[in-house]
Amino acid sequence: MNVSWGWVSLLARAARTRRGAIGLTVTGAVVLLAIIGPFIAPHSPTVSQTAPFAPPSGAYPLGSDGIGRDVLSRVLAGGWLLLGVAAASTLLGVGAGLLIGIFAAYRGGIVDSMLMRIVDVLLAFPPLVFALLIVSVLGRHVWLLLIAVSISHTPQVARVVRAAALDVSARDFVRAVELLGTPSRRVMTGEILPNLLSVVMVELGLRFTFAILLIASLSFLSFGIQPPAADWGLMINENRIGLTVNPWGVLVPVVLIAVLTIGLNTFTDAIARASLGLERPPEQMDLVATGIVSEATL
Amino acid sequence: MSQTDGAESSPMLTGAEDRGQLRPAGEDPALVSVERLRVTLTGSEIDIVDEVSFTLHRGEVLGLVGESGSGKTTVALALMGHTRSGLAIGGGRVIFDGRDLLTLGSELGALRGTRIAYVAQDPTSALTPTLRIRTQLREVFTTHGTERLGGMSAEDRIAELLSEVGLDRVGHVLEAFPHQLSGGQQQRVMLAMAFACRPDLIILDEPTTGLDVTTQRQVLDAIRAMCHSYRVAAVYVSHDLAVVSELADRVGVMYAGRLVELGATRSVFTAPGHPYTRALVRAIPSPTRAHVLVGLEGQPPRPGHRPAGCFFADRCEFSVQACRLRMPDAMSLDGERHWARCVRSTEIVELPAFAELPERELRATSQDLAGLLAVRGLSAGYGGTPILRDISFAVQPRTCLAVVGESGAGKTTLARCIVGLHSGWQGTIEFNGTSLAQDRRDRGRDIARRMQYIFQNPYTALNPRKTVGQLVEQPLRELFSLSRKERADRRERALDAAALSRSFSGMFPDQLSGGERQRVAIARALVVNPDLLVCDEVTSALDVSVQAAIVELLDDLKRTRGVSVVLITHNLALVRSLADDVVILREGVMVEQGATVLDQPREEYTATLLRNVPDLSITS
Repeated sequence: MNVSWGWVSLLARAARTRRGAIGLTVTGAVVLLAIIGPFIAPHSPTVSQTAPFAPPSGAYPLGSDGIGRDVLSRVLAGGWLLLGVAAASTLLGVGAGLLIGIFAAYRGGIVDSMLMRIVDVLLAFPPLVFALLIVSVLGRHVWLLLIAVSISHTPQVARVVRAAALDVSARDFVRAVELLGTPSRRVMTGEILPNLLSVVMVELGLRFTFAILLIASLSFLSFGIQPPAADWGLMINENRIGLTVNPWGVLVPVVLIAVLTIGLNTFTDAIARASLGLERPPEQMDLVATGIVSEATL
Repeated sequence: MSQTDGAESSPMLTGAEDRGQLRPAGEDPALVSVERLRVTLTGSEIDIVDEVSFTLHRGEVLGLVGESGSGKTTVALALMGHTRSGLAIGGGRVIFDGRDLLTLGSELGALRGTRIAYVAQDPTSALTPTLRIRTQLREVFTTHGTERLGGMSAEDRIAELLSEVGLDRVGHVLEAFPHQLSGGQQQRVMLAMAFACRPDLIILDEPTTGLDVTTQRQVLDAIRAMCHSYRVAAVYVSHDLAVVSELADRVGVMYAGRLVELGATRSVFTAPGHPYTRALVRAIPSPTRAHVLVGLEGQPPRPGHRPAGCFFADRCEFSVQACRLRMPDAMSLDGERHWARCVRSTEIVELPAFAELPERELRATSQDLAGLLAVRGLSAGYGGTPILRDISFAVQPRTCLAVVGESGAGKTTLARCIVGLHSGWQGTIEFNGTSLAQDRRDRGRDIARRMQYIFQNPYTALNPRKTVGQLVEQPLRELFSLSRKERADRRERALDAAALSRSFSGMFPDQLSGGERQRVAIARALVVNPDLLVCDEVTSALDVSVQAAIVELLDDLKRTRGVSVVLITHNLALVRSLADDVVILREGVMVEQGATVLDQPREEYTATLLRNVPDLSITS
């Protein structure tokens, strides 16, 4: 067993499993494509190059879209904004949910009840409708999109974190620190938070997947990333009328989004299993759990 | 001295072991004969248990004892041809009534439950919570056939079984759901279920662990009566040597997956031939004799890391060069069926097992209600339910006061009131002459430093994300402002005082054993030089040898550092070896108090408690 149980070690253990390796490779490939894509795009993603919905050819391997722009260039350039907004909103949303969850669980009583009722109200809004509401009322800005997606993450994360934090705060080591007169802020950050690591890692993965889908959906509904910018979600919307003439403008973004979310989900699942110690075959874990065999033996 | 070829190598074992036994001629042959049983991790050559051989006759109770991880449960399950998932039987034979269970295949299922019965440790998880006891007992006969009723009606047979296991109000029990019964009643229902088909062999896996002494006594009586009246052979697996000594005819001692000693209960416990058995016996507190406990340092080698020679050699005070060369053969002792796997067993068997252990000196204590800690008229409860009523006692400086009671006596609530984790009590608690506030937050740093609480369960009392060094330094960071150097200094001294190596500082709790974790918790308390340690069942999660070492440590701290100790425990035997003064609690009320409570109990309740504590030394 590793000496350190930090997040690096958790990720490393997840990545060493078959499931984790596949998920990480697939996700990594798409992320890499999105990051270096804009620099290797053969044409401008926003300027018309050829006839509308031209089929694939030597100069335009994936053909062109409705106003003659190169599909390949738009695919290469259209990922980073999506991923960037998704990542930022995930960090914000999970961070906020984490704070609310720990605070509610540790404080308990009236504070807990009030926070959780607010969370319940937020949970009652379907995330997509909620984001549509904000963006349609306040305007179509990327920063607003980011905030809307973050807010739709927060209640779910807060619920999950609260449940886990309740369990941790009931343990004796928290009592031991309280007996020393440690202020509750430090009890929460120093004692409870580090024990929620695996929950947080899993939430980050799940919420990131969710954010990608939500932003792509908003773009598809033309409330997300705005034309003429290249974006996978937007491309699906723009090119669906030409589906029979040049299907690549729809198929490639669809496949990329699907592969990305499936890959991320697989890797998240591997993290969740690693955090439970399930990366070994189940029968071996039974033995460790029952104390017949120590971790070191296996 | 003769060396049997038995346990080590040959199928002659049964004969060899039975040679010279005192059974009358014409006795039936062994019911169960285990020959060189080997259990491995699935798909590997790593053995969990190996070279285990013994026989069992009808009407005989064999105790299998050993500490956690010794393989005793693995052996017991193999007697039913079963292994836990991830393990596989890798060799040997289990002959049951003339047939090898390990080659039976599908016929095995028919034997289980009818001729071989099993009683698990935890009855709450073994009984279905949504079915009445009557339904669950009837199921035995619907599953295994009504011909097993022996001509009786199912109703009559069930009633008979329940009265045989000592349950009264049979009608009430039958109509109850499991949660409406106490732990002891549930376990007796499990016994009735196990005996329902009149089995030939019954396997009992720690059936009384988790029960109070009084209930434990009742369950043990039921087991003994049932085994004798039905002439059932029983294997009783337990870590509690005292319990086994009262029940078993013969005892097998397991260590690191090997049977290291086997013999008649009396001779194994009074004249152990293996140093490990000797160490176990010396580590057990006695309710009748206040002897000094001797702990056993170190840990058994893990599967896959076991040395070539004797597995116990590294921890053994008797080890010689020969021990490390090869696993010692079973050496027959005293001409009976008593043998031990130790090259020096003939010498060790001659040593007095624990007669020479010094008795503790009891310190005379004053009954004066002042002292370091004084509790007066304390009453407390949870949400309107009273738990404690009018508790008064005092703890003198440099002494240990034990608070003893069964579950539900309010022991932990009392400890929590004292340290300030439970508020909403009435009465006064004075520490060093100052009256304490209800809540820890209103008590101030000085009290937080001088009074330290040690938790029951060392597995939850240490933050798994912190190193031992960080954990031990934590109180210093909170209560003092010291330089890094000073903190490291005091941390190292605290680790020394808790008998932990300084090299533990960089390790995480999950790399430590239970005993080591409890020592870290003690070091964390000691680092601030407290005057009082409140210890809540600090040894109940630990093995006996580790328990003895912790008791030794606490006793040593009391004597050398002048720390006072409040020891909260259900274990009366433990009290003898540590306490200067005793308070007996029953359902939130003080029954009696005083240094002589255990020797001359004034109250019937105390006397009953004392009678019910299993005692190893009674056999000697």
